[in-house]
Amino acid sequence: MTVNRRDFLKGAVAGAGAAGVTAAAGPASALQRPTPELPPEAVGLLYDSTLCIGCKACVAACKDANGMAPEIHRDQRPWNQGTWDTPQHLSADTLNIIKVYRHGTMEQKDRAENGYAFIKRQCQHCIDPSCVSVCPVSANTKDPKNGIVGHDPDRCIGCRYCVLSCPFGVPKYAFNDPFGRIQKCELCNHLPAGQLPACVDVCPTGATLFGPTRKLKREAERRLAAAPGERLHVPRGDIEGRVGGERLGHDAEAARYQDHVYGESELGGTQCLMLSGVPFDKLGLPTDVPDYGYPAEAEGIQHTLYEGLVAPAVVLAGLAAVTWRNARGKADGRPGDADDGPDSGDTGGGP
Amino acid sequence: MSGGSGHFAPLGGRLFTRTFAIASVLFLVAAVVLAQRFAGGLGAVANINDGYPWGMWVVVDVVIGTAFGCAGYVMALLVYILNRGHYDPLVRPALLAGLFGYTLAGVAVIIDLGRWWQFYNLLNPELMHGDSVMLEVGLCVLAYTVILWLEFAPAILERLGLRRAERIFDRGMFLLVALGVLLPTMHQSSLGTLLVVLGHQISPLWQSQLLPVLFLVSAILMGFATVVGEAVLASTGFRRPLERDLLGRVSRVMAYVALVWLVLRVVDLSVRGAFPLAFDGTVQAGMFWVEMTLHVVPLLLLASPAKRNQPPVLFASAALLLAGGIVYRINAYLVGYDPAGGTWAYFPSVPELLVTLGIFGLEVALYLLFVKKLPVLHRPEAHQA
Repeated sequence: MTVNRRDFLKGAVAGAGAAGVTAAAGPASALQRPTPELPPEAVGLLYDSTLCIGCKACVAACKDANGMAPEIHRDQRPWNQGTWDTPQHLSADTLNIIKVYRHGTMEQKDRAENGYAFIKRQCQHCIDPSCVSVCPVSANTKDPKNGIVGHDPDRCIGCRYCVLSCPFGVPKYAFNDPFGRIQKCELCNHLPAGQLPACVDVCPTGATLFGPTRKLKREAERRLAAAPGERLHVPRGDIEGRVGGERLGHDAEAARYQDHVYGESELGGTQCLMLSGVPFDKLGLPTDVPDYGYPAEAEGIQHTLYEGLVAPAVVLAGLAAVTWRNARGKADGRPGDADDGPDSGDTGGGP
Repeated sequence: MSGGSGHFAPLGGRLFTRTFAIASVLFLVAAVVLAQRFAGGLGAVANINDGYPWGMWVVVDVVIGTAFGCAGYVMALLVYILNRGHYDPLVRPALLAGLFGYTLAGVAVIIDLGRWWQFYNLLNPELMHGDSVMLEVGLCVLAYTVILWLEFAPAILERLGLRRAERIFDRGMFLLVALGVLLPTMHQSSLGTLLVVLGHQISPLWQSQLLPVLFLVSAILMGFATVVGEAVLASTGFRRPLERDLLGRVSRVMAYVALVWLVLRVVDLSVRGAFPLAFDGTVQAGMFWVEMTLHVVPLLLLASPAKRNQPPVLFASAALLLAGGIVYRINAYLVGYDPAGGTWAYFPSVPELLVTLGIFGLEVALYLLFVKKLPVLHRPEAHQA
């Protein structure tokens, strides 16, 4: 059975509205601020681990698009003379990486027991990004329209609070460069308009798909709804066929999916979504997390204490008044002379 | 800060003692390491990495260093806000501890910043991000460092014999003192809030909505411990009479603060149901018990009023509480932290530790310079009255 992508989406998108991906998050504490809405033209990626063949074309293409050097792990230096890019983690030279889950005999793909599975890691483009919330100088920003989380090195002071706080471990700093900068995936928004993110552009199986997050979510749900083994038409490139031009899709058998779209609700939701055949925690993704972003808690505390700087101003006025009165009381006898006030008697000793 | 002309006097004596020499050498070694850091990047000398982007320089030099620096804050709180004038002899030495704690924390921040040459962006109103806890910490620490120097200025003006300038400072002192109490209250609690956004990356043994309160109370505790510890050291080191009664009373307050911290900590852990983690035999659990022990033992030491003003007890309890505050901060920031996305490890490198030691050396050298040349310590005869 083949489904005409356009027709399917026309119906599906109609009722989606703004509710789209944002999870209805109940506050966990009284101080919490609400989770923001998904931006109106939010774009992202849908990564389907069951379609990924682990060719790592996306890793190489990402390096090309961002002008980054190959990474050779220390252990490989004796035999790898720089012809083979072998990064271990995301880094200031690797904004996109394919990792593999392995178990036992690794007989079957997308199985947790004696199987293996691939996972693509890059910036999730959170709806409520920690890196944006924590940045003191607004170097990390979330585009109000397309929701892409960007970084401006000309603003950054290099405190690396974003590196520390990202729940997905995404922003990285170039520690071995005296003038190092923070690096993270910005969905290739530096490329000329009309060009796909490099990782999507080269993906041969459509495992990484680009498009509006709301449409990607419908697509993910369509795949989850299919029975395992059912023939599905899988698009490639841009799900709307606009960015990067129309591409041929292909037919694939629906996999035995985990019944969840990762990124739909995790930490307030992300614009990049994932499907997998093995549990998401086995792929190194945080799963035991709230359905609101951590900035909701931290900013909640901050806003309660410092909104409009009212509370600090009131406290300062109080402190100044008390100090002024106490100091005036001692205008003649300095503090530290013989005990000179009713308060400074020996009875209490402490507050 | 109190313009008590005549009550404080420079210690005088030789500056180039053995302690001063050792402290200076430590600083020079650190300077060499720092040359490497600025030439080759942070990774050239420090073990910090993409999993542990904050290491010793942030946690020890800034988070712990400014907690030591809370000496001036707690004494201002006691003397000027709670109007306990009789603690006045301890104010200037405490202020000096704060001065160095904060100034050198500021130096450490510049060393640690990955893009230090753009530091001024923190002061650009167009870029300031009000939601960021880091902005609040940065600006508050900066402002408080300036306030500390202004609060200490009378000691310098007194030495220079600038009576009129001293009087002007005296008149505005109430405002400086008020700011000097407000700002540390804000940023010492925020040093705890900084970790809230890390969510599940911090073990439930430390992650809590109560972090700002716990960090603030702990900073006050460390401030008192610094006052007591420094007074004992100065009296033995410079062979001066110890302000025993005064310190006995300060240590009583200190014991109450320690009790408050322990109660808050235990109640918070119980309410969140995190206690089972303390018995799972991990390194985190072990470090948790070290932290608790370092807070409970000094509390027991200070429990008896008879022993409370004895120098060995005073010093031991102050040292243990400082160690407890240090371990609490290292636990919350490093031991309890489990980085996202991959297996990472961090232990400070030798050059990294040498920088921290060098900054400490600079602090000791400057302390000696200041107490010998400026009226900081109380005249011994003045408090026998």
